[in-house]
Amino acid sequence: MIPFLRQIAAVTTMNLKSVPSRLGTSLVIVIGIAGVVGVMTALLSMAAGFKATLASTGRADRVIILRGGANDELSSVLYREQGRIVLEMPGIRKGADGAPLASAELYMLTDVVKKSSGGASNVIVRGVARNVWQLRPEARIVAGRDLEPGRREVLVGRAAQSQFAGLEIGDAVEVRDGPWQVVGVFEAEGGSHESEIWVDVDTLHGAIPRQGYTGVTAQLEDARAETFQAFKDRLTTDPRLTVQVQREPEYYASRSQALSNFINGLGYTVTIIMAIGAVFGALNTMYAAVSTRTIEIATLRALGFGGAPVVVSVLIEALLLALAGGLIGAALAYGVFNGYSVSTLNFQTFSQTAFAFRVTPELLAQGVSGAVLIGMLGGLFPAVRAARLPIVNALRAA
Amino acid sequence: MSQALVNIRDVHKHYTRGAETIDVLRGLSLEIGSGEFLALMGPSGSGKTTLLNLIGGLDTPSGGSVTVDGSRIDALRSGALARWRASHVGFVFQFYNLLPMLSAERNVELPLLLTRLSKAERMKRVAIALQVVGLADRARHKPSELSGGQAQRVAIARAIVADPTLLVCDEPTGDLDRKTADEVLGLLQTLNREHGKTIVMVTHDPKAAGFATRRVYLDKGQLATGAAA
Amino acid sequence: MRFLPLVWAALWRKRPRTFFTMASIAIAFLLYGLLYAISNAFNKGVEVAGADRLVVISKYSLTQPLPYSFLNDIRLIDGVEAVTWASWFGGVYQDERNFFPQFPVDAQSYLDMYPEIVLPAEQREALLRTRTGAIVARTLADRFGWRVGDRIPIQATIWTSKTGDTWEFDLVGIFDTADPSARGQFEMMLFNHEYFDEARAFGQGIVGWYIVRTVDPARNAEVANAIDARLRNSSNPTKTDSEKAFNQSFLKQMGDIGLIVKSILGAVFFTLLFLTGNTMMQSVRERVPELAVLKTLGFNDSRVLLLVLAEAAALCVIAALAGLGIAAVLLPPIANKLPGFSGMGLDPQTFVIGVGIAALLALAVGLPPALRASRISIVDALAGR
Repeated sequence: MIPFLRQIAAVTTMNLKSVPSRLGTSLVIVIGIAGVVGVMTALLSMAAGFKATLASTGRADRVIILRGGANDELSSVLYREQGRIVLEMPGIRKGADGAPLASAELYMLTDVVKKSSGGASNVIVRGVARNVWQLRPEARIVAGRDLEPGRREVLVGRAAQSQFAGLEIGDAVEVRDGPWQVVGVFEAEGGSHESEIWVDVDTLHGAIPRQGYTGVTAQLEDARAETFQAFKDRLTTDPRLTVQVQREPEYYASRSQALSNFINGLGYTVTIIMAIGAVFGALNTMYAAVSTRTIEIATLRALGFGGAPVVVSVLIEALLLALAGGLIGAALAYGVFNGYSVSTLNFQTFSQTAFAFRVTPELLAQGVSGAVLIGMLGGLFPAVRAARLPIVNALRAA
Repeated sequence: MSQALVNIRDVHKHYTRGAETIDVLRGLSLEIGSGEFLALMGPSGSGKTTLLNLIGGLDTPSGGSVTVDGSRIDALRSGALARWRASHVGFVFQFYNLLPMLSAERNVELPLLLTRLSKAERMKRVAIALQVVGLADRARHKPSELSGGQAQRVAIARAIVADPTLLVCDEPTGDLDRKTADEVLGLLQTLNREHGKTIVMVTHDPKAAGFATRRVYLDKGQLATGAAA
Repeated sequence: MRFLPLVWAALWRKRPRTFFTMASIAIAFLLYGLLYAISNAFNKGVEVAGADRLVVISKYSLTQPLPYSFLNDIRLIDGVEAVTWASWFGGVYQDERNFFPQFPVDAQSYLDMYPEIVLPAEQREALLRTRTGAIVARTLADRFGWRVGDRIPIQATIWTSKTGDTWEFDLVGIFDTADPSARGQFEMMLFNHEYFDEARAFGQGIVGWYIVRTVDPARNAEVANAIDARLRNSSNPTKTDSEKAFNQSFLKQMGDIGLIVKSILGAVFFTLLFLTGNTMMQSVRERVPELAVLKTLGFNDSRVLLLVLAEAAALCVIAALAGLGIAAVLLPPIANKLPGFSGMGLDPQTFVIGVGIAALLALAVGLPPALRASRISIVDALAGR
C-alpha cells in the first residue's frame, strides 16, 4: 500500500487545497486565535515592561537604608542625627574626593497633572545630595543643566517628563511652598528613577517644616554577600539606630510585587478565558471542515488510506490555521504595543511608575505556542471523529 | 362529472440562464375537476414539474392564467400566495422533505402553526392525520427512525392535516421500492376515493399512473393528448 | 409562542456546533461580567461619595499633612456645617498582604460625618470611652476572625510610637454599611486620633486631611474655594474638592481602567461576532431545502426571516445568560479574597446591558443569514440549485 507519509501528504494537500472554499469557516480559527494571542501578548507585555523597569533600577553593590519597620521610602522617617550616623559608617566606599559615596535623601510626593488623564497624580520628588551623580553613575543629565544649590530647581526624569504635563525645561512645578523651576532632564538607563523628579535636599529642607530624611542610599565596596552582611549587622546592632538595610535590587523588586502580580494575574486570567473560547471556536470550525468533506475522506478510506493519515492531516490543517492566527496576533501585539509608554499608580508605593510595554521574544514564543496548543485541542476530536466515521454511512450520505 | 377545480389557460413559462432563455411551457391549457386523481406524465424536460409548481402556487407563469377554486393565483404576490398555499394546497415530494430534527407529529403539525388553532386542537388534527395514513404509533419518531415508506406517509399526513383543496405530488414513489410504492399509492387512492381529495401527481412510472383516474401527457411544454375532462 | 419548538429544534440541529458556539458566547459574557464588576467596584468610591462632603488636603499632595490649627479656620467659613479630620496610619497586621486601611479619627465627629457607617450605640459609646479603642468593618472581622474584646496588634510602618513599632488596640465595635454594595469602600479600622497624637513618636499636632459637610451641596464649589482662599497664604496651602471629585482623581491615577476593560472586551466580542456569524451562516446554508419546504407549506418570507432571527436570538441570549450567571456565581467568592472588593457582585445594570449586547449580537449575526433565508426561491431550492 501507499507509504504512511505519502498518505498524509496526499490527504493534507487535498484538505489544504479546499480551504479557500471554506474560507469563512477557516478564518474563524485564524481570527479567533489572533485575537487571543494578541490580547494575551499585550497584557503580559505590560507586566514584562514593568518588571524590566524595576530590574534596571538599583545595583547589587548598593544598599538602601530605611527606618526599621518601614515598608518603603515614603513611610520611612530618619531623624537628621540618624542620617548623619549612617553616612559616617565604615563599609561605605569613599569617592574620589574622600567623602563617603552615600546620599541621605528626602522622598515625598507632589501632584502633577498626568497627560493621559488630565488629572493630578502622585509624582515622586527625591531630595538628593550633591554627590548623587557619583553615587548613581547610571544617571546622567541629557538636557539642560544640573541643580544649583540653594535655588528652588528641579531635574525631571525622562519618563516623568513624557508622562506628565508641565515638566519641560523652564516650567514651574509646585514641589513645596511655591513653584520650583525645571532646569534639566536626566536619564537612568530605563530604571524607575526616570519616573522621578529630583531636587536639592538641603533646599527642600528650607521649604518645609520637616527636617530629617527618609532614607540613605550607600555604595558598598563590592557586591559580595559577606560585605553586605557585615554592613547590615553593623547598622542593625547599633543602639543609636533602628534601621533596616536592603540591597537595592531586592528593595525595588519587592516594591513592585503587588502591581506585577496584579497585571500578571489579570493577563493570565483573561487569556485563559479567551483561550477556552478559542478552543470552542476551533472545535466548531474543524468539525465543520470535517463534515463538509466526509464523503471525500470516506472515499479515500474506502480506497485504502488508513485512519491515521486522516487524523494527522486534519490536525495539520488545524495547526496551520492556528499558527497563522498566532503569528498575526503576535505581530499585531508587537506592532501596536511594543514600546508604548504608560504610567500607573503602584499601590505599594502610592506613586506613579512609568514603564513601556515590552513584547519580548519569550512572549512572542509563548503566544505562538499557545496558538498551536489551541489548534491541537480544537483539531483533535474532529480529527479522530473523521477517522472513525463508518465508511458506509459517510458514503451513503451522498 | 364535476366543475373544474383547477383551470389553466394558455400558460407559458420560461427561464433565463445567463444569456439564454429556455421555454419550458408553451401555451398550455388544462382543466382539472374536483375529485379527480390526475397523473401528469412525460419525458424529463417536458415541463411536468414546472406545471405542477404553477398549480401548487410555488411559482408564477410568464403568461396565461392559473385559477384554482375560483382564485386567480397567478395574480397573487408572494405574501398572499404563501397564505393561499397554507390553506389550499398540500405537497408531497419525492424525497419526503421532512424536517429531520422534528418528530413525525411535529412535522405534521407544521402547516397548522400558521392557523389560529389552539395547541390542543392542532394535536387532535395531527393525530387524525397520522391515523388516516396508518402511522399513529410512530408519532414520536424522528424521520431518521422511519423507513422510506413510513416517511412518505408522514409527508402525506402533513399534506392533508390542514384539509387543503388540492394535493400536489411530485414523483411521490420515485424513491421507494415496488411494494412500498404500491402501499403509498393505495393510500393516495383511498384519500381520493373515500375522502374526495383532488390529487395532481407527476410521475413517470406507468404503474403509479395506473392508480390515477386520468392520465395527461406532456411533451416539450405542451400537452401531448387532448385534455378535456 | 407556538413556533418555539420549531426554533428550538432548528437551533439544536447540529448539537456539537450549537454547543461549542454557545460555549464561546457564554465565555465572552463571563468575561464581560467579571471585568465590568471589577470596573464598577473601582468606580464604587465615586458612586458612594457623599454629595454634601468636601475633602481638604494639602495643595501639594495628599501625603503632605496639615496642621491641627486649620480646624478652626475651616469651621469659621460660611457654608460649613460640620468638620472632622482623619490621618493615614499605614500599619501592617501580621503581613503586608493583609492590607486594610487604618484611620485615626475624631470618633464623634467622624461617625456623624459618615452616616453610612452603622454602629450600635453602645459600641460607639465604648469607642469614645476607651482611649485605645478601635472599631473595624464586619468584613474585616470576618476575614481575620476578630471579636469584640480582642486585642489587635498593628505594626507601624510610618508612625513609630514612643514605645516602639507595635501599637495595640482594643476592639470595641464592629460596624457595617447601610448599603451592602458599599462594603468595599469602608473596609477599614478606625481608632481615636487623640491616642494617636499622644502616643506617636513625632508629628504631634498634624492631621492627614479634613472632611467638611456643607449646608447645601449646591454651595460645594463656593465653600471649597473659600477654604482654599483662606488658607492660601498659610504654611500649608490647601486644595479642597468634593468627595466625589477626590475619589475620581484617585481612580484616574490608576489609569483608564474603563478603557482597558472596553478594549479587551472589544477584541473578544469582535472575534465572537465572527465565530457566531459563521455558525449562523453555516446553519442556514445547510437548511436551504428545509426552509424551502416551510415556504411551500405557506410560511411567507417574513416568517422565515423571523424564524432565523429567533434562532440567532435564542443562541445568543441563552448563552449570554449562562455566562452572566456563571459570573454572578463566581464573583462573591472572588470578592471575598480581594481586599477592598467586598460586596463586589454583578449588579442589575451590568446584567441588563449584557442582555442588550446579546440581542445586538443576535441581530448582527442573524440578519444576513435571515435575509438570505427569506429570499430562497422555492423552486430552485427544491430542484437542488
